[in-house]
Amino acid sequence: MRQWVGDVEEALRRRPFLHLGVHRLIGGVLTLFFVSILVFGATALLPGNAARSILGPHASHLQIVALDRQLHLSGTLFSEYGSWLAGMLSGHLGTSLATGLPVGSVIRPELLNSATLVVISAVVSLTLSIGFGLLAAVKRDKTVDHASSLVALLLTAVPDFVLATVVIIIFATLVFHLLPGVSTLTPGEYAWNDPRALVLPSLSLVLVTAPYPFRMTRATLIEALESDYVEMARLKNVPEWRVVLQHALPNALAPVAQVGGLVIIYLAGGIVVIESVFTFPGIGQGLVNAVQRHDEPIVQATVLLLAAVYVIVNIGADVIALALSPERRVAG
Amino acid sequence: MSTSVAAMPTPSVELVEDTDAPWRRSWWANLLAAAKVPRGAAGIVLAAIPFATAFIGPLFLPHSPTAFVTIPFSHPNGSALLGGDQLGRDVLSRLLDGGRALLIMTILSTCLAVGAGTIAGMSAAYLGTWWDDAIMRSVDVLLSFPQLILALLFISVVGPKAWLIVVAVGLSQTPGVTRVMRGATLRIADREFVKAAELQGTSHWKILWHEIRPSVTSPLMVEAGLRFTFSMMAIAALGYLGLGQPPPTPNWGYMISENSIGIQQNPWAVVAPLVLIAALTVGINLYTDAFARVSMGINRRLREPSLIPLLDGRPVK
Repeated sequence: MRQWVGDVEEALRRRPFLHLGVHRLIGGVLTLFFVSILVFGATALLPGNAARSILGPHASHLQIVALDRQLHLSGTLFSEYGSWLAGMLSGHLGTSLATGLPVGSVIRPELLNSATLVVISAVVSLTLSIGFGLLAAVKRDKTVDHASSLVALLLTAVPDFVLATVVIIIFATLVFHLLPGVSTLTPGEYAWNDPRALVLPSLSLVLVTAPYPFRMTRATLIEALESDYVEMARLKNVPEWRVVLQHALPNALAPVAQVGGLVIIYLAGGIVVIESVFTFPGIGQGLVNAVQRHDEPIVQATVLLLAAVYVIVNIGADVIALALSPERRVAG
Repeated sequence: MSTSVAAMPTPSVELVEDTDAPWRRSWWANLLAAAKVPRGAAGIVLAAIPFATAFIGPLFLPHSPTAFVTIPFSHPNGSALLGGDQLGRDVLSRLLDGGRALLIMTILSTCLAVGAGTIAGMSAAYLGTWWDDAIMRSVDVLLSFPQLILALLFISVVGPKAWLIVVAVGLSQTPGVTRVMRGATLRIADREFVKAAELQGTSHWKILWHEIRPSVTSPLMVEAGLRFTFSMMAIAALGYLGLGQPPPTPNWGYMISENSIGIQQNPWAVVAPLVLIAALTVGINLYTDAFARVSMGINRRLREPSLIPLLDGRPVK
């Protein structure tokens, strides 16, 4: 047995891609396992009876027993966790307490809406930030550099909902009346039916996330531009645009790929607040509504889902970063 | 540095390992020095406004913050200097009274995060072995939640209780502190004076407290400033979502969301709390940045606009 594990380790070591992938995958599954314990444990172990706080002070004993059973809180902790986890894994996410609908059918349209929002925001955010990072690095210590750095500093220092409210003030209410500040989509409706509803939430998410890849691009590119091989290229009279785009940029992109992953991860959390500000019918607003209504099955499913997105994107970003960095590819 | 450029999103700003730096100035001298840098001074002035509003303001309330004194969303007038809110309550009174709880909760959860994170991080780095593994595994699990979501999970079960918000937000900030303090401790743990203390048979905890702690005060203080901003953002966001204190009590975060319907009639009800929250987070951020530069001997060659997101290496809000 030991020998076998050793052989696999050795074989993996010679393939750094697979090596990293397998290690991260095992780590990811373990992390999700602990997350599921935390999610279930929060419902089962936090002070106060979950069923009591959901049903309110006037619920009968019978109602509480029934809800306990539905939330997997009636038997021993261990066996109930097992049956709850088995349900989650097999796609039986339970029934929403507020509406009586299956959790899956409530979450699905929300999930698609949020995914649309996240993809649009991530693409725009990364394009803008890498572009500005490039500009700032090339025009280092010029006005463009200082101005964009100052804006990035301010954007990171302000809470999301403040930023989103400022976006509403500027584009939807006090200054201009260009776009709707509040989405008129009803829950369950798809966002692409009304593309205008996507603009301001996306803009807010872009403003919230762009500073990180911007800084990372600028910092790594400045470092690359000071390296020996760039010096060499310049001495060989390679045109400056080729020095930047072909020699320096590819080597600066590996760390940016990881930050790109972090952007998506951050978007997965940022949608909770931003969607609520714009009443955008996505998974984030759904979560907030569920929390307000003590709709435990929806909260549990959403939190697990978001944690899974976290873990998967993290693994993906690491693998892409490895693919983009020649140094590490041969290092194994 | 150059061999591991691609290994992780390491900042290209080097935190210069200046061996004498920790002893050159004490931490309070660093606090003063940071206040003299333009960036730090601006930060203090900005942060002072919301602090004064929150803690001195309640002494000068023109009206009761829950009394109906004017018509809903009325313009600023003689008796209500910033106009009325959605129910016709005095915006100024609610503004003066709506920050204290927010700030106290922020301070408490910052203390919790920095305290727990420091103990966990320093002990993980110094004691190593299975303890280190256990701590870092828990850090990974906690970091795989979007930060606000841990708090939302807890609130959904227990309800929006102040102590719960403090604990949940503090807990979600702890892993970040743990990583930074672990890194800082690892850099000190191999030094001669620590070895010397070990050879004398000093106990682990005494070494951590008397030998290592004085050398990690600077990263500790930077973390405190950083976590204050993040906790503030999270707690204010929970207030905005209506999950802060129960309704009649004023709360800067909730004021923004409850009054945004009437932003055309009386913008002050939204803009005033917005400005106070922004001034607070931007101010603390600027001062923390100045402190990091003054106390940790930064390689100024690159003139980074802000060190803060680079210290931890990941966006945390």
